[in-house]
Parts: sequence; C-alpha cells; structure tokens
Amino acid sequence: MSTPIQDKSSGWSSVWLVASREITTRLKSKAWRISTVVLMLLIVAGALVMKLVSGGSDATVGVLPQSASLSAPLQASATSIGQTVTVNPIADEAAGRAKVADGSLDALLLDDPKAPGKVSVVVKKDLDGKLKNALNVLAGQAAFNEQVQKLGGDPGEVNKAVAAAAVNVEPMETPTEYSGQQIAIGFIAGLLIYLSLMLNGQMVAQGVVEEKTSRVVELLLSTVRPWQLMTGKVLGIGAVGLLQMVLIGVAGLAAALGTNALSEVSISATVGAVVWLVVWFLLGFLMYAIVFAALGALVSRQEDVGGAVTPALMFVVAGYIIGVTIIPSNPGSKLVEVLSVIPVFSPTLMPVRLAIGGVPVWETVLSVGLTLAALPLLIWLAGRIYRNAVMRTGAKVKLRDALQAA
Amino acid sequence: MPVTRSYAVTASSIRVMPRATGGAGRKGKALPDQNLEIDKISKRYGDVVALREMSFEVRAGELFGFVGSNGAGKTTTMRIALGVLSSDSGEVRFGGEPVTLETRRHIGYMPEERGLYPKMKVGEQLSYLARLHGLSPRAAAKSSDEWTERLGVEAKRNDEVEKLSLGNQQRVQLAAALVHDPRILVLDEPFSGLDPVAVDVMSQVLKEKAAEGVPVVFSSHQLDLVERLCDRIGIVRSGQMVTSGTVAELSVDSAVRLLVHAPDAPRGWADGLAGVTVLRHENGRTELELGAGTDDQAVLKAALATGPVHEFARSRTSLTDLFRNVVTEPGE
Repeated sequence: MSTPIQDKSSGWSSVWLVASREITTRLKSKAWRISTVVLMLLIVAGALVMKLVSGGSDATVGVLPQSASLSAPLQASATSIGQTVTVNPIADEAAGRAKVADGSLDALLLDDPKAPGKVSVVVKKDLDGKLKNALNVLAGQAAFNEQVQKLGGDPGEVNKAVAAAAVNVEPMETPTEYSGQQIAIGFIAGLLIYLSLMLNGQMVAQGVVEEKTSRVVELLLSTVRPWQLMTGKVLGIGAVGLLQMVLIGVAGLAAALGTNALSEVSISATVGAVVWLVVWFLLGFLMYAIVFAALGALVSRQEDVGGAVTPALMFVVAGYIIGVTIIPSNPGSKLVEVLSVIPVFSPTLMPVRLAIGGVPVWETVLSVGLTLAALPLLIWLAGRIYRNAVMRTGAKVKLRDALQAA
Repeated sequence: MPVTRSYAVTASSIRVMPRATGGAGRKGKALPDQNLEIDKISKRYGDVVALREMSFEVRAGELFGFVGSNGAGKTTTMRIALGVLSSDSGEVRFGGEPVTLETRRHIGYMPEERGLYPKMKVGEQLSYLARLHGLSPRAAAKSSDEWTERLGVEAKRNDEVEKLSLGNQQRVQLAAALVHDPRILVLDEPFSGLDPVAVDVMSQVLKEKAAEGVPVVFSSHQLDLVERLCDRIGIVRSGQMVTSGTVAELSVDSAVRLLVHAPDAPRGWADGLAGVTVLRHENGRTELELGAGTDDQAVLKAALATGPVHEFARSRTSLTDLFRNVVTEPGE
C-alpha cells in the first residue's frame, strides 16, 4: 500500500511565503524605519523651503514719508517685470540708512530735493539686478510722465494707452511652458526614484548574497525552486520599497498642499506626478531588482556585491545624472526625450519629465510599453543566471558561465 | 596492517540509550513501506566525472550509512536526490515513483555546508522552513516548538541563530531537517562537529525516525559510528557504489580475527598453529587472523598452554578495514 504524495500548494504559495518573510524582516529592521522617516522629513522640509522661497517677496525697499507717492508705482513697475517688492514706510533717512546697513532693507528710496521726480536709492553695497531693473522702469516712468506733462499731455491717459498696446502673437505650435515649481517637483521625483532604486535594488542583491554566504540557500532550494526564491525576494523587497515610496509621496503631497508651496501647479498635476512616481518605481524596481538578484547570485561574499552590481547600477546613475543636469535648464531637451523612452533609462528619466509636464501621450505609452516588453526577457535571463550561479559558492561565477550552464 | 576492533566491545557501550519522550510516532500514523531508490545516476562537471551510474536503495525503516573518501561523490549524490542539483542521467525514486518537487518537500535534508539565516530567530526560522515544506502556520509553529524542546534548544527559540553556540546551531540545523515531519531523511555528515552528548541525541533521533518507517541515509567519516548505527552500509569510490549491505554481509569473505589476551604468552606462541597468521603481538595481547576452516578452539588451547587467558574475542572485520580494503583497491 502506498499513499501518493499530493501537490497541496501551487508554486505561488512558496513565492508568497518567501515574500512575506522578506517583508516582515525588512519592516522590523531599524535601517528601513529610519531611512523612511528621514526621507519623509526631508521631503516635508523641502516643501517648506520651497514655500519660503516662492512665497516671500524678492526685495524689501524702505520708503520715506516724502516719497510715499512712489510706493504704488514702484510695486506696479516691479510687477510688470515679474518681481514682488515689499514697501516698508520709514520715518526718517537716518533710520532707513541704519536698516540698509543691518540688511533688513535691500534699498532705501530717497527723496532728492535737487532732482524732483528722479529716483535715487541707498544700498549697502550693490543693487540687486532685478530690483535695479524695477527701479529703472520706475525712473523711466517718472521721466516719461514729466515729459508728457511738459508737452501738455495727460500722463495717466498716455500710460493707459501704452499699457493697452501689446503685440498680438499667433503661435503655430502650442508652446510648452515649464514652471519653476514643476521643475522642482521633477527634480524631487528624480531624486526619490534614484535613491529608492539604489537602496532597494542593492537590498535585493545583498539578500541573495546573504543566503549564499550563510549557505541557507541549499536548504531552501531543497524545497522551493530557484525562480520561486528569486521572485519572492524581489516582490517582497519591492512591496516594502513601494510602501516607503507611497509614504514619502503622501508626506510630500500633504506638505505641498498644506503649505500651498506649489501655488503655480494644479493639484491634479501634483497628484499625477506622485502617481507616476509610484508607477515608475514599480516598473524600474522590477526591471533592476531582477537584474541585481542575478548579479548578486554570481558572488558569495557581501564585500563583492558592490562590484557585481556596478554594471547595472551605472545605468541608474547615468539616467539620474542626465536628469538632474539637463532637465532643469533645458526641460525640452531632445536627448532626454529620446533616452526617456529607452527601458534602461525610462525609470529614472520618465517620472521627472512627467512631473514637469509636456510629455506627449504617445511617448508615455511607448516608454511604459517598452519597459513592460523588456521585463519578460530580463526575467528569463536573470532567472537563468540566478539558477545556474546561486549554488556555486567560492570564487565569482563568470557571467558567461552562468548563462551557458544547463 | 589494519587495526582490528572488537565488535562486541563497541556495541556494548552504545546500544542502550534512554528513550526520549515526544518524538517518535507523535502523529500516530503508519507510513507505508516506501523505499528510496537511487538508480544509475551520473553527473559530470565539465571533464570531471563526479558520479558514474551510482545506484543503491534505502529501505523504509532502515538507517543507511554512506561512506567514501572525500570527493567520492557522496554530497553530489545527496544533492541530486534533493533536486538541488540535476543529474545527467539516471533516476531517483521514492515508493516506486520518480521523485518530484512535491516529494522533495517531504525530505528532511541536512546539507554538508550547514546554513540558516544568521539574523533570524530560531523559532521563527524553524516555522518558516516548515511552512516552505507545506505545513500550515499552526502546524509549523507547533512542530517548531516540539523539535526545539526535543533537541534541548527550547530556551533559545527567541535568540537569533548567529548568537547560538556552534553545538546549539547544529541542533537547530537538525531541527530544520525534521520540523516538517519528513518521510525521507537525507543527512550529509550529520555527526561532524557534534559533541558526544549531541552525537547520542542525533543517533537516537535517527533511530526513532527509522523506527517510524522512514528511510534514513546519512554520510559520515566516523566509521565506528556508522558501523554501530546503520542497518546497511554503502561504500563509494570515484562516483560509484563499490559495495553495499550489512556489515556482516560485507565481511563475509573476510578472514575471522581473534584477539587473545594471555599475559604470560611468549612472542611467537601461535606461530606453529595451522591456518593462523599473527598480525600483532603487544603486551601479551595478540591479534590473529584465521584462515578458512581453522578451528579457533585449537588456538584457545594453545593460548591456555602458555598460562592464564584474560580475553579471547572473535571479531569480524571492522568497517574501517573493509573501507580501507575497498577504497585502496588497485586501479585507484
């Protein structure tokens, strides 16, 4: 008599077991908790800094009682060149000079009795370029008004006519406008995805090597298949990384909306940036993590992990560096546009472009599609390398050997 | 010259061991008679032939000792049986059916290179391994508790494995091989690195598993241990099973040996006896080899003629001698 041994569980239940071990182990680890909290604090702090920078005025100018009439025109001329100037009434010239000296005023507007209508200011050392422009506009306005008056005209009427006259532009293509705040979101998105791919991707490689170093892999492979072990590890660490990314994204979103730091960007665009960030983290993580798992399987010692994963890591680093150096100054760069649809660079470049805006739908679809298409190929390759290398301890297994071995 | 070891002396010191509670038959289920068969498995690593049609059978309820020099192919055979390594040809069967991944989940395995997660707690780790082998969470936790208790590491359940002494790590490793109530046990060098107490515990557990009807195969270099513990023994050389059977079966062709302790006997007292070869004579102890059909009583008479005889023991060839003969045969 014999009781046949029956298959009681599918292959995925082993994957799930492996993944849940990874998840509980990582969530319990201090390193994970600390890095999550630190990143959340950093992004909240970033939102606050952005608020301070964008919310405050560009310059503060002291105005004496005699020249109070210049306050409104100064602010108007500043606005016309995109500047915000705060005007502080000052009781007398001595007090004003003191404030300029201690830095609480950028400039003190003087009332020069010898040259009525002329604009002169006292500054500490140098006049800020943008404020100088605003003051020059103000001075030009004053001179213009004076001449109009001399000729018997009404400066108010003339100014109204001048203000109404503007060039009529007929664009042949809709231009993409990139706001500074959107570029900032893109920059943060790029940094987050880069850090997350680096941290979590390396964690996968280290986890694989940990199992080789401790030799537990042989015990595990006596009951699970290599693909189950590799997939479980990648999914488990990916889930923890995703949770971290969502926590950071939500914290950043809450801080941005709460402080209204992103005044120029619509809420939907901000939420969209976070959603795309999460999507691209998933795609990028899957792609890189399986490669890291395979490369990790080639070595047997923790100190060799760095060297083993470097070739793949270079693509993450290159994408990130191209992103932060080119995009802020040239958001429409053709190079970035092309690279961002190539699977190895998409995860680091596409979320930045999507956060900044102006990405045609077809490019978005193409980049996601190409990455999804590349995944099965990478999974097949990585599975093969992992299976052939993970039981071989000792010297580093050559990539070619791992690919060739049956 | 091979060293003879008296079978009677070795056996007396070990066979009796206190039976621990809680281990054997705890599930109360009878296992059917299912043998583990290794059938002509071959394996090459490049140009190196690791296994050449390796074949043997481990019967249900039997302890099978797997001996051979380093590099003879023991570990490779076990890894192939476990499916950790694939063979180039041949088949591993259990109960007449080829071993599948599902069958392998019912094998308890102790790899030669011991390994557990160093930073995982003992209890959690054993439960996890039991679950990987298909146990429910509750059954896994229960089994983990039972085996840590049975192997005397229950106080270490909440300690990380790396914080345990080497001896306790070995016990946890054994627990890892047993925690899923395996139907087959494959242990690579289970006794290496164990202290004498742990050796007794391990021996006892293996005997109990065999008594439950589990085929148990283990490799070891401690031949005296293999000899007294195993029902059958297989000797491998260069990837092939050279011979297998009980110690008695293996030594049937060998000459009978005698150990005679006659303190007053002069050197050369037995030289004239027909069919007798003196192997050694030291401090009144003489080791003799008897040719086929030689009467040992004639030897005893000759010994008594020299004075008192304190010991007169007939011994079969020890496994150590057999092993030496087998592995050093010409053609190596």
